[in-house]
Amino acid sequence: MSETPTLTLYDQLGGEAAVNAAVDIFYRKVLSDHRINRFFDNTDMEQQAAKQKAFLTMAFGGPNNYNGTDMRNAHARLVKMGLDNSHFDAVMEHLSGTLQELNVPQELIAQVAAIAESTRSDVLGK
Amino acid sequence: MKKISLGDQVSFCYEGETVLDALLRDNIDIPNSCKQGACQSCMVRSLDVEPPVAAQSGLKDVLRKQKHFLACLCYPEQDMAITLSQQPEFFTEGTVMEKRPLNQETLLLTVECKEPLDFYAGQFVNLKRVDGLMRSYSIANSRLHDKKLTFHIRRLAGGRFSEWVHQELLVGDKIAVSDPQGLCYYLPTRFEQNMLLIGTGSGLAPLAGIITEALQQGHTGDIHLFHGSREMDGLYWIEEMLELERQYPNFHYTPCVSRGDSPEGVAVGRANDIALSRLPDLKGWRVFLCGHPEMVNETKRQAYLNGASLKDIYADAFHVASTSLD
Ligand SMILES: Cc1cc2nc3c(=O)[nH]c(=O)nc-3n(C[C@H](O)[C@H](O)[C@H](O)COP(=O)(O)OP(=O)(O)OC[C@H]3O[C@@H](n4cnc5c(N)ncnc54)[C@H](O)[C@@H]3O)c2cc1C
Ligand code: HEM
Ligand code: FES
Repeated sequence: MSETPTLTLYDQLGGEAAVNAAVDIFYRKVLSDHRINRFFDNTDMEQQAAKQKAFLTMAFGGPNNYNGTDMRNAHARLVKMGLDNSHFDAVMEHLSGTLQELNVPQELIAQVAAIAESTRSDVLGK
Repeated sequence: MKKISLGDQVSFCYEGETVLDALLRDNIDIPNSCKQGACQSCMVRSLDVEPPVAAQSGLKDVLRKQKHFLACLCYPEQDMAITLSQQPEFFTEGTVMEKRPLNQETLLLTVECKEPLDFYAGQFVNLKRVDGLMRSYSIANSRLHDKKLTFHIRRLAGGRFSEWVHQELLVGDKIAVSDPQGLCYYLPTRFEQNMLLIGTGSGLAPLAGIITEALQQGHTGDIHLFHGSREMDGLYWIEEMLELERQYPNFHYTPCVSRGDSPEGVAVGRANDIALSRLPDLKGWRVFLCGHPEMVNETKRQAYLNGASLKDIYADAFHVASTSLD
């Protein structure tokens, strides 16, 4: 049990509803970005969107079951395709851009960015 | 390798195989058609473990809770005991009322059902022949007719069901009609929302049902239909659609051919390319895509990039055993 009476980051952002609103914007940014969209060339859009939702829920500090090994495994295929720091930076850019578009306060955006940033070495398989 | 028990029979499901693959290899007679999770004809039920979530996609909540799943989507995570017969698909008896050519390769089939069908415009049913052969076909009419259903059936060379419908099925013959299915349908809400509908070949069928329904319901937003085929003779219902356009100022129709000559009024190019270049901003639109699976997938992505929300994009890919459908 948590003893802190304060709202979690996830709750402050607005929980699942916020994630849903963000997925639409975020995924569109990613797919439109020629630097990284080749990694998302999967024909099943719903499935991909579901994975982006998993990504955002995690970055928003929401409930998720991913650990470092899962992150490595989920992206191992992409590392083989050449996933590197520049691609990671592009995703970080879209993450902040999405939250700005949704008028999320800057200090919450910084917290989200910090969570995403903490996965860098696992995502890049370093 | 996982063990799949069905009654006292055990099949083995190897890495990368679906439950359907395993059962068919053992010559177990299980209905199936699309092998893509679209037609739901291969639905079975787990008697023990929870089926993988991915194998339940598209199923209604009640069915999921009862551990029903689609055998063609199920890569088992553990041994499973399953049953075929728990929730037999409900069929009503249909009688063929009319067969009329729409063009060289497509016919309009009218079937009168014994029971009225509770469907949404755009849904499909599975039609089943006496020997059990079954295929999915979209309902081409609105809900005004809930007993008399029309279908656009395209003949595929060597296609078992479609060739049979074209050549052997007679007016007066019986054919079984399943409960309506599918998530690509028109809900009579948000009448002011603009709608884009793109169909290739017999993909016009569900779109025609949706358009008729929407216009009858008093939809006020703009409704844009793009119907595409390779050549002129693959199009049909041009006159009917033009007539509808004259009748309803908010309905706009663009026939498209990707090859060969086209008369005036027919756009040259693929229907999806033409539609998306003419309608670059789809923010807030409702989008319907039916027909060739590649067209459907490609356009889903493009419509989304043009601003449509994923929840507003409805699609039915007409999967067939081979890729010969347009
Ligand atoms: C949701 C949904 C809705 C649909 N709605 C419609 C509709 O409204 N109208 C419509 O016309 N269709 C529709 N379809 C497609 C329809 O269900 C059938 O798939 C289609 O009619 C072909 O069935 P068939 O039995 O004639 O062909 P099949 O016998 O299944 O064969 C399909 C194709 O594969 C080829 N083929 C078969 N066996 C082999 C083999 N061993 N090797 C190589 N090639 C082979 C055949 O020549 C044929 O071209 C829909 C499909 C879905 C999933
Ligand atoms: C910023 C840190 C990142 C986090 C926290 C993250 C998180 C996730 C999560 C949770 C999943 C779902 C895994 C699953 O359930 O299968 C996923 C999948 C995916 N991620 Fe990331 N991700 C990050 C960065 C990236 C980057 C930089 C790219 C590529 C440019 C990328 C591309 C993908 C793709 C393509 C998938 C789907 C993989 C598949 O097809 O199975 N991710 N990610
Ligand atoms: S065969 Fe499994 S859903 Fe069509």
